[in-house]
Amino acid sequence: MIEETKTAPISTGIKGKYELVIGLEVHAQLLTNSKMYTSDSTAYGNLPNTNISVLTLGHPGTLPKVNKRAVEFAIRMGLACNCEITRRNIFSRKNYFYPDLPKGYQITQDKGPICVGGEVPITLGNGENKTVTLNRIHMEEDAGKSMHLAGETDTLVDFNRAGVPLIEIVTEPDMRSSEEAYQFLTEIKKLVRYLDICDGNMEEGSLRCDANISIMPKGSKTLGKKVEVKNMNSFRNVARAIEHEFDRQILLYENGEDIVSETRTFDATSGTTSSMRTKEDLNDYRYFPEPDLSPVVVSEEWLENIQNELPPLPRELFEKFVRDYDLPTYDAGVLTDSKEIALYFEALCQATQNYKAASNWLMGPVKSYLNELTLHIDDFPIKPEGIASLILLVDEGKVSFSVASQKIYPEMLKSAGRSPLEIAQSLNLIQDSDEDSIKPIIEQVLEESSGKVAEYRAGKKGLLGMFMGQVMKRSKGKADPKVANKILIELLEK
Amino acid sequence: MKIDVNTLRKIAHLARLEFDEKGAEHMTKDMTQILDWVEKLNELDTSGVEPLTTMSSEENIMREDVVGEHLDHEKGLKNAPKRDSDYFRVPKVLE
Repeated sequence: MIEETKTAPISTGIKGKYELVIGLEVHAQLLTNSKMYTSDSTAYGNLPNTNISVLTLGHPGTLPKVNKRAVEFAIRMGLACNCEITRRNIFSRKNYFYPDLPKGYQITQDKGPICVGGEVPITLGNGENKTVTLNRIHMEEDAGKSMHLAGETDTLVDFNRAGVPLIEIVTEPDMRSSEEAYQFLTEIKKLVRYLDICDGNMEEGSLRCDANISIMPKGSKTLGKKVEVKNMNSFRNVARAIEHEFDRQILLYENGEDIVSETRTFDATSGTTSSMRTKEDLNDYRYFPEPDLSPVVVSEEWLENIQNELPPLPRELFEKFVRDYDLPTYDAGVLTDSKEIALYFEALCQATQNYKAASNWLMGPVKSYLNELTLHIDDFPIKPEGIASLILLVDEGKVSFSVASQKIYPEMLKSAGRSPLEIAQSLNLIQDSDEDSIKPIIEQVLEESSGKVAEYRAGKKGLLGMFMGQVMKRSKGKADPKVANKILIELLEK
Repeated sequence: MKIDVNTLRKIAHLARLEFDEKGAEHMTKDMTQILDWVEKLNELDTSGVEPLTTMSSEENIMREDVVGEHLDHEKGLKNAPKRDSDYFRVPKVLE
């Protein structure tokens, strides 16, 4: 039933003659409490076949009713992607028989998707920017889950997932490399998480991706026959499947064989795709308008409300961090990776002017604390104002960064609410920046090791660190290293 | 529009219906007649008329996103031709 295709590596010379063309279809499970057309719970991980109703199970005489919040989520995504929002929405039935679809049809949108067109800007590894054009985003419902267990003669079906709201994001055949596809998915994941409409977890299936892949000779305007690849459960596997298809299709083309327009499945172990031969040669879904649902009309007022409640988007924050806070693009990228981190940083920058230090604190000590305890930034015990006063303490020269990060910061984590200054005072950590009190210590150190001083003066400059170590030890770590360093050099070079 | 036997077979397959081959010719004739009858509608000029998608004039009949009552697990599985304590069981589906 499944035909394996092995491909030999293809030389870059031959590869260079072809252009790779990719379009993606991304399904995102919406984070609503109840299903798309019924009030069953969408909770994940409940006992099988408990989030069910007569409607979910396709019993006759039941009527669907649209979940308003799911419509709002779809519109949020559309606004974030600059789509045109369809004002009068109807639903359609997509008819097919499969055990995970008890009604015998999926309620989806065929003509007139809620979001038309739109675009998603992406940034490639080399810094190049590109815009991926969307064809549409439409609303639909998920199917149940089938389990094909080894050694089991039956397929087991769980309908908890049947009817969970989805949006399907369809791109134009706009991407030209696996990296572009990868970056597009990364951007989609970030967007749905910022918008709070989907948890973006591809491994758990709340974000799913099918890829339409074709090749054409470079310079050609006619797209080749497209192959649809399914069953990729990570962004990396999407990229691998695309690379494999590129090679496979070139090989067929070079050998004068036909590229068959078909659906193939990706096998993560071998990194290859193979044909999914189904009895249904031709999909004929016989779409027709869903007579059980009344049209959903999006009024100006409703649209405006959704627009006004839209959170800041990752790209806007990224640009703001680079432009207003003068951060390196690397920092801005890391900080906008999650909305919560980005918003914490925003709050921090209201409390301090030292934006680069704020970024360093967040990317360094804060993130490593969160990672270590696998905590979410919402559970981070220190308020942005606390980190800001810690930054101030360092900037004023009252403590060094290492004292701040290694002595004061851990105390702040332990007892949230204590001010860094108070901790520094109680632990006797305020460093001495007073030249008059540091100088005698240094003079004493130099006097006691006159031999080393001579060596230094003879050219062994590396001894400076040793002298500093002595000074810090003698001052019990409280001498301001900058001041001490300056005086030390002055006295040594005298 | 003439329905031939191949179209008849395709429609039957899509609807998962079986029929007696002996009656095929009779059925193609019937279906052709039905379609011819409906085709009469084409005599009307409907250019510029939006397709009718619903019989009701209601709009925006929506639910708030609130979880309601569920069908009892046992009741849900009750009519399954084959089941176990957790799942519906169907003949193995191979992709």
